[in-house]
Amino acid sequence: MKKTKQLLACLVLMALGLGTAHADYTLNLVQGVTQLSHEVYDLHMLILWICVFIGIGVFGTMFYSIFHHRKSKGHQAASFHENTTVEIIWTIIPTLILVGMAIPATKALMDLDKVQESDMSIKVTGKQWYWDYEYLDSGVHFESHLDEASEKVHRLKDGDPRTVANYLLNVDKPLVIPTKKKIRFLFTAADVIHSWWVPDLGWKKDANPGFINEAWTSIENPGTYRGQCTELCGRDHGFMPIVVVAMEQDRYDAWVKETLEKQNQATDLSDESRSVLMAKGESVYLKNCVACHQIDGKGIDGWYPALSGSAKVTGNMDQLIGFIQAGTSKMPAFRKLPDDELAELITYIRNAPELGNNVGDEIQPDKITPKWDDDE
Amino acid sequence: MSAVVAEHDDHHDHHDHGPEKGFLRWIITTNHKDIGTMYLVFALIMFFVGGTMALIIRSELFEPGLQFVDPQFFNSMTTMHALVMVFGAVMPAFVGLANWMIPMMIGAPDMALPRMNNMSFWMLVAGVLLLASTLFMEGGAPAAGWTLYPPLVLQTGKAFPFAIFSVHLLGISSIMGAINVIATIFNMRAPGMTLMKMPLFVWTWLITAFLLIAIMPVFAGAVTMLLTDRFFDTSFFDAAGGGDPVLYQHIFWFFGHPEVYVMILPTFGVASTIIPVFARKPLFGYASMVYATGAIAFLSFIVWAHHMFTVGLPVAGELYFMYATMLIAIPTGVKVFNWTATMWKGSMTFETPMLFSIAFVVLFTMGGFTGLMMSVAPSDFQYHDTYFIVAHFHYTLVPASIFILMAAGYYWLPKWTGHMYNEKIGQLHFWLSAISVNILFFPQHFLGLAGMPRRIPDYAIQFADWNMVSSIGAFIYGFSQLLFVYIVIDTIRGGTGEKVTDEVWEDAAKHGLEWTVPSPAPYHTFTTPPAVIPTEHF
Repeated sequence: MKKTKQLLACLVLMALGLGTAHADYTLNLVQGVTQLSHEVYDLHMLILWICVFIGIGVFGTMFYSIFHHRKSKGHQAASFHENTTVEIIWTIIPTLILVGMAIPATKALMDLDKVQESDMSIKVTGKQWYWDYEYLDSGVHFESHLDEASEKVHRLKDGDPRTVANYLLNVDKPLVIPTKKKIRFLFTAADVIHSWWVPDLGWKKDANPGFINEAWTSIENPGTYRGQCTELCGRDHGFMPIVVVAMEQDRYDAWVKETLEKQNQATDLSDESRSVLMAKGESVYLKNCVACHQIDGKGIDGWYPALSGSAKVTGNMDQLIGFIQAGTSKMPAFRKLPDDELAELITYIRNAPELGNNVGDEIQPDKITPKWDDDE
Repeated sequence: MSAVVAEHDDHHDHHDHGPEKGFLRWIITTNHKDIGTMYLVFALIMFFVGGTMALIIRSELFEPGLQFVDPQFFNSMTTMHALVMVFGAVMPAFVGLANWMIPMMIGAPDMALPRMNNMSFWMLVAGVLLLASTLFMEGGAPAAGWTLYPPLVLQTGKAFPFAIFSVHLLGISSIMGAINVIATIFNMRAPGMTLMKMPLFVWTWLITAFLLIAIMPVFAGAVTMLLTDRFFDTSFFDAAGGGDPVLYQHIFWFFGHPEVYVMILPTFGVASTIIPVFARKPLFGYASMVYATGAIAFLSFIVWAHHMFTVGLPVAGELYFMYATMLIAIPTGVKVFNWTATMWKGSMTFETPMLFSIAFVVLFTMGGFTGLMMSVAPSDFQYHDTYFIVAHFHYTLVPASIFILMAAGYYWLPKWTGHMYNEKIGQLHFWLSAISVNILFFPQHFLGLAGMPRRIPDYAIQFADWNMVSSIGAFIYGFSQLLFVYIVIDTIRGGTGEKVTDEVWEDAAKHGLEWTVPSPAPYHTFTTPPAVIPTEHF
């Protein structure tokens, strides 16, 4: 008796949890900022309410029975064990409900598939563990990594995530797109499968190595929308967020112009002071190297070699440059790393106390001599 | 044959074979009860091994930031937790129940293929130990998820071929177990035990066994292709050589979707066995239960790509898999309605097995609802690979399969041991489990909808509160399960001291043959077939 009440109370609480689910962002699906995301949200709510409604019916009947049809109340068991009419009814009614659900679901699916007649296309490449964005129309092309603040906190066990703004949901360079334009995304991957998801856009899409997937969006209002990789892609799967910044057309055009100018600028090879080399070197390291060689340079036993005390790192400078540019079967080739960043990185890894190295030298950008012979 | 031999009654040739003395009894036994016991004990141990891994995961997720484990080890834990729970705990537990109960339910003296029965158990042990040994190998245990998707799984360290070989062993063990179940049910039923008079547990296992035989070779094939891709330069799943990583997902889920029904169909069977006994009414809609089970099994083969809505299927394919998946709601609904109708106008009592069974019906239905939500492809684009699906499948596995395994334990323990378990502690175990399992998994719905991907070791601050709640639930749930171990040991050693009857539960003999033999069940039962077939369950 008392136990039934507890069970009932427990279930009422759960039902309330479902019922009030729309009240708060943290409880329910986001409505999002596109026509597609609204359509998906409405579909989600429709089916949620159908489930709540059926649940009340089924659980209500069951708990009425549990409460009244019990031996302790002297209830005598009936002996019926089938009823064809009832069984047909409870097969037909769910079928009709399913048909009712399938109609809006089909429409939403067809809408999600309409990638044609877009205003611009962006190629998104998933890599372990960052995103690479290439604007096929304007030629803008950049990598988007987890921001430095999150990177440092999650790698140093003494950091406090609560002090970082948008912890794990912030990047160094966000994907910038214009509002009110139909944008087609092309997804692929360089190594393993990744999946690109920004909840506010209403969908996610896998990025498969060797194949291209498509999806589209059109955002009404300017804003910043955040998401994450959702297909397990290895050690740092949890650390490759996505940030989309939607801005009005004129601001977007200005951004493209500015970004292209920077992109096409020749690398600045002027000398840098030791402290600048080291500080910038740390940024380059955090972006390109830390995922494998770790923040303390100790690597991961059995997976990634340590940089601390490594003869390759602290030995001959020219060989080190060539090694980083050429890569190995396990390490990607960093031949596209500009000379200034390479100089900063090398100075940093040879001398950073946090990596346990102290060679006591430095190299300036214009001294990067054994240039990788680029065939392209 | 036995009739002829019985003519020359010679007691020296015909003494009743008891178990082998000492430790050897367990190594070489061919007795279905001994093997059933070994399966069940092994499954319980693995339940705690897999549970420990789950608690490592929940500890890391208790707070944002990385506190305890390396992300790679975290990924190994999610992978191994799933593999151990699926192949080491839930499946063996149901095979254990099948071994113990199917012969006793159909009035057979033993399983049809007793030596193979022994072999399939020890291969399971070998397979799981091999899998566990990968934890100590260079590069760590597999960390690509239990689905072992390429190309990521090809980055596994030294553990890779060992994990695949262990999957082969587990598959062979499962197939042998399934063959045994089918051979037993088709050949060894007592006279009068027609197919449509079999208890639902036997029916669901028969269908499950066919599923296993159909799917395990597919899985073995898929992982062998991974093996050749890595070591013998094939390119099944590598686009650079003309292959396709998505091909693996199609093959895997052709196995994987029926596989989840391998874990849930016997669950349905046990629930359909227990609920009528405590409602003191025949099962409602016996025939429709059988047909619904068959329909679910059939549908399980044609819906696999609903696990892959976001991989980039053509829209026609997505529509087909969406419609086909929605259909599963119909036979599943029939089952839930039938259980409710069985309780309706019954004369119910609420012993621990019944409590777990009722909680199963309610909480499995919740898992069914979220399953229905995810069958809708456009919505699944949002739910896929988030904590929403983690909540969904844990609702269909923990408060469903695991709860029913607990119910089965309480229900049949008196028959197995001859002693009554402690009802008070049993009910305490139930209430702690039923409440904590919801604290553990219900908030994960919120996390998924709010945007938290699955399989991440660290998360954004807005997910912190519900993760903490979920972790607290996990620890309460995990530690309450120790009560079950206590109860099992206590019952074996005498329990409440109360002498249990053959029937154990009121009028149970009307529902199943196992209640017509003495408690504890003697080493050999039904050496002569039963005269009367119980009729209350159909």
